[in-house]
Amino acid sequence: MTAPAIDRPAPASAPVSPARPGRRRLGDRLLTAYGWIVIAWLLLPIAVMVLFGFNDTRSRTNFTWEGFTLQWYGRLFEIPGLSAGFVNSLVIAVLTAVIATALGMMIGLALGRYRFRGQGLTNLIMFAAISCPEIIMGTSLLSMFLMTGIPLGRVTLVIAHVMFSVSFVAVTVRARVLTLDRSLEEAAQDLGASRWETFRLVTFPSILPAVTAGALLAFALSVDDFIISTFVNGPVETFPLWVWSASRLGIPPQVNVMGTLIFAVGAALAVVNAVGARRRG
Amino acid sequence: MRRVRAALAPYLLVLPGGLWLTVFFAVPLLAMLSLSTQEGNLVEGFRQTFRLQNYVDAVTLHWEPLVRSLLYGLATTAAAIVIGFPLAYWIAFKGGRRKSSYLFLILLPFFVSFVIRTISWKFLLTDEGVLLGPLKDAGVLPQGFHVLATDFAVIAGLTYNFLPFMVLPIYVALERIDPRVIEAAYDLYASRTQAFLRVVFPLALPGVFAGVLMTGVPAASDFVNASVLGGVDNTMIGNVIYNQFRASEYPMGASLSFILMALMLLGIFSYARALGTEDVLEVAAR
Repeated sequence: MTAPAIDRPAPASAPVSPARPGRRRLGDRLLTAYGWIVIAWLLLPIAVMVLFGFNDTRSRTNFTWEGFTLQWYGRLFEIPGLSAGFVNSLVIAVLTAVIATALGMMIGLALGRYRFRGQGLTNLIMFAAISCPEIIMGTSLLSMFLMTGIPLGRVTLVIAHVMFSVSFVAVTVRARVLTLDRSLEEAAQDLGASRWETFRLVTFPSILPAVTAGALLAFALSVDDFIISTFVNGPVETFPLWVWSASRLGIPPQVNVMGTLIFAVGAALAVVNAVGARRRG
Repeated sequence: MRRVRAALAPYLLVLPGGLWLTVFFAVPLLAMLSLSTQEGNLVEGFRQTFRLQNYVDAVTLHWEPLVRSLLYGLATTAAAIVIGFPLAYWIAFKGGRRKSSYLFLILLPFFVSFVIRTISWKFLLTDEGVLLGPLKDAGVLPQGFHVLATDFAVIAGLTYNFLPFMVLPIYVALERIDPRVIEAAYDLYASRTQAFLRVVFPLALPGVFAGVLMTGVPAASDFVNASVLGGVDNTMIGNVIYNQFRASEYPMGASLSFILMALMLLGIFSYARALGTEDVLEVAAR
């Protein structure tokens, strides 16, 4: 979530206490063991999801280990409802990422670069949108759609997803803009660049890591969203919504496979973005 | 002309996103406020009668899940601080060059759908499942022992799902501490405990404050964990709201939503008041 914090250079390592080095080393070891136990706890359900995507189960209740198989990767799109949900999720997430990134980048630039009237209000609305419980966003959007008679479906899902992810993009971009050296842009303008050229050739490349991080975040928030989507989806099911409605009957192994694929791609993209950001400095 | 355009620039930049947030975040709240005092049903339609009795009904009928949600939210927040603080401390001070890798591991669960993660826990904790089954067969646990459909299961699920939101802000606060400040404490003959309690912990508090907001609010208003891991005695207010909207009891669902929001705002503001508004809002806005 707070990508900028991760990229910050480490100031220094452990605070060094002169007292009782032996006991300190034991304390450090215990702390390290504790850290790995919590990480293992956090990753356990993921391991279960990945593992049971390889389970050679016969029934739809994928509950006990029956042996290793790769067949579910081949039979990934055998369940029509699930496949449709998967495609819906991807389409909605791409649209959300594109729109939210464009709108959020502009807000981030304005907040990081200018002082203007309404700045406090903009910050307040974004803070409210970030900290508002998801269920309230879902019920209030549904209330408005009901009262105005707007039909629920893919459009209302994209509207909702852009609404809750745009602030996250804006905050990410603003953090980056605040660290930029303004004199670079001034130099570009002194050298005769127009405002648009300055943006395209100087400003945009330097905020690009934050923009891609924001786009990934918006995509991830959209693909994963369940609570808000469940109120504004109408007849359209996304991947998490399908899983939810299927969970009473039993989760077919295809769900594990799709979850694994989304997980692998998302994690890989995050690594690429982080490594790229570090290399650019 | 150029000057005018420059002065307009921030407004033009904020306008599209600001409109989106106004129309699809602020206005819907007003729409729901209106819906919450209406009367009627799906067949005959809903009419605005400014019926405040809806709120009274909401509280008298559903006070139990309402109170339970607040208690679950508090328990989750407390558990997340206890589990998350040492973890953040470990990464910030002992992580060395692997800090980013540890943070990445802690964020990994976010790449798996929230619903799937929670269902995975149901699978793991089920009565004869991979964790409880062997323990029961070995006689360590009595046959009737169960974890699902208990307060513990729901709170554990909530803590699991929201823990990273506690760890990250605490980590950021700890990472900002200038190590020379801690060295100074040792130079002044502070013991390790004293240095921690009187230097490190107070400097980490802004992170804890932000973490409390980021875990407490979503935990108290969640319904997925209670629905998957809980039983009939663990319903939270989110489940009630969800069911009301499913059953087209819109005014009741809307009133309950507002009651939940009012409680959350009350919590945030009294909390901000007690601790100093600037700290909380500033850190939370980051």
